[in-house]
Amino acid sequence: MGKENLGFDTINLGHGSGGIMTRDLLDSIIFKTFSNPYLDAKHDGSIVKFKGKVAISTDSFVISPVFFKGGNIGNLAVHGTVNDVAMCGAIPKYLSLAFIIEEGLRIDDFIIIVNSIKKAADISGVQIITGDTKVVERGKGDQIFINTTGFGEVHPKANIDVNRIKAGDKIIINGNLAQHGMAIMSQREGLEFETTIESDSTNLNFLVSDLLDEFGEDIHLFRDPTRGGLASVLSEIATDINLGVEIFENRIPLEKQVAAACEILGLDPLYVANEGVFLTIIDSAIADQVLKKIKADIKGTNAVCIGEITSEHPNKVLMHSLIGGKRIVSPLIGEQLPRIC
Amino acid sequence: MEICGGQTHSLVKNGIIDLLPEKVRMIHGPGCPVCVTPLNLIDKAIELLENGIIVCSFGDMIRVPGSKKSLQEAKANGGDLRILYSPLEAVNIAKQNPDKEVVFFAVGFETTAPANALSVLHAQKENVTNYSILVSHVLVPPAMEAILDDEFSSIDAFLGAGHVCAIMGYKEYYPLAKKYKIPIVITGFEPLDLVQGILFAVKQLENGEHKVENQYSRIVKEEGNLAAIKVIQTVFEVGDREWRGIGKIPNSGYQLRKELESFDAEKKFGIGNIKVPENALCIAGEILKGIKKPNQCSQFGKTCTPVNPLGAPMVSSEGACAAYYHYSDNLMTSK
Repeated sequence: MGKENLGFDTINLGHGSGGIMTRDLLDSIIFKTFSNPYLDAKHDGSIVKFKGKVAISTDSFVISPVFFKGGNIGNLAVHGTVNDVAMCGAIPKYLSLAFIIEEGLRIDDFIIIVNSIKKAADISGVQIITGDTKVVERGKGDQIFINTTGFGEVHPKANIDVNRIKAGDKIIINGNLAQHGMAIMSQREGLEFETTIESDSTNLNFLVSDLLDEFGEDIHLFRDPTRGGLASVLSEIATDINLGVEIFENRIPLEKQVAAACEILGLDPLYVANEGVFLTIIDSAIADQVLKKIKADIKGTNAVCIGEITSEHPNKVLMHSLIGGKRIVSPLIGEQLPRIC
Repeated sequence: MEICGGQTHSLVKNGIIDLLPEKVRMIHGPGCPVCVTPLNLIDKAIELLENGIIVCSFGDMIRVPGSKKSLQEAKANGGDLRILYSPLEAVNIAKQNPDKEVVFFAVGFETTAPANALSVLHAQKENVTNYSILVSHVLVPPAMEAILDDEFSSIDAFLGAGHVCAIMGYKEYYPLAKKYKIPIVITGFEPLDLVQGILFAVKQLENGEHKVENQYSRIVKEEGNLAAIKVIQTVFEVGDREWRGIGKIPNSGYQLRKELESFDAEKKFGIGNIKVPENALCIAGEILKGIKKPNQCSQFGKTCTPVNPLGAPMVSSEGACAAYYHYSDNLMTSK
């Protein structure tokens, strides 16, 4: 694979024309990289077979900067959708992949992104089975936008449903919060500061699938707190089930450096985006076993039970602060903005 | 009264207010830079934005409603608004865009003044003539005095703003403590800082004392940060300032020195005369002076929410109304 066949250093409008240039781009980069029987048919779409229920999830990725510590828009576009499908209690199998490229994107960068997609898809065990490439004029995009749609087979033992959550259920998260959001923030124009914080972007589908194998219906919910962070997800859950959520600040796993960066910028880590974190709400009887199982996985070494569901204060998330006080945790309203001083 | 909005947020966020004995009641002060920035300054920044000028701002400022819209809305309509963490970055943007004018929205208390002043010195040194600042700098001690002089105020002791004093030191609080016979405890922002600050203040009151005490001694020195003060004095001079919700307070802010007038965006672009009325339903003034608490406002959580704020204290990450809305029981406004 390479740009030598294309004769260009950057993507231009011609590459989205649908003509020879588009075909060259697809042949020399996309088809070559993702080659599989579905794509090799070079049809308008693909026909796939599933055994049972199918979970479908779609997501668009518009991240800036496109390349960040711990990943890039390519592997993020795979992890994000793979995880969303996994959170439905499904085993992700296939992805669609659509690019909207701003003219002027360096073909070298595009190749890096495509390779990252391939690697992340392979690691996650999914195949790219259909896609699309459009090019927009300079100024009408931000280098590259990616949409992926994931298709997965629902795990035979899964019964993931927010309405199955009951008072007394425990809430477990698999790892440190706010890594992704702070990695991005630290590299954003105008906010640059030196850190070694890396995005936590990763696929969670195998860990989720292992949990379903062992605990099946006793797992009531999986959710990944991406944009809006843990606070927004917990607030949504509390409202959806008309029960309360109680969490403990001293249990929230947070890397020191991330905590410090949040402090400097005046951001609350509970609202910062994650890309490799999930929470599961489970029957309290299996809490210890689930925690042990997650902790044994490389993607769950910092797992912790952060709290539980309660019939007290319905619709609200209450957090016990480090100092012994209590506060309400409300959902994120708009974009989190760095404070003045 | 805790002066600083950061302290208010820490008190509410950590649930400290509910842990305090009944006799200790915290009144939330005016130390929210966004909240006290006059409405007309926001309209001025929007005017600049709509005239093709690159406006750079701290993030916290952009959601605050102006008379017609916020900076964020003006950005959505095509304005070139940049959110920065350091004003020095704005000078770089000016250098990178020599054919454009770049304005930094220099708001804040004494805390942000050194960095904002430094940006002017940098621009001057590097002869960056397309850079200027829209100044709305305010000072803590005159505001404390204005609050103490208000007939409705009932404050027994102050927790001084730790970060302001990290810059300015605390000598200027001695005359205030003496004149009004009121304890002033310079206090930090961590939960334990606040609890200790409150303890110091209560002890002084019990002993009938009124001293300036420094709880935040790991950061704050009596004389402050001399290098930072020098930078401030090189660029700014003290002048009268309008405070949103409070009104004009004599000698309560900074303005650019005469010899640096060419960096004054108001003068450079002739926008000094924009004046707009406040929303009559918003009681931000009483909130900022500590006369009322956010949940005592009839609009709190109803017509006024962070999504549709009537005034700045509901938007800013240091605003008292936002603290109550986010961390306190915002769904039970009757409480």
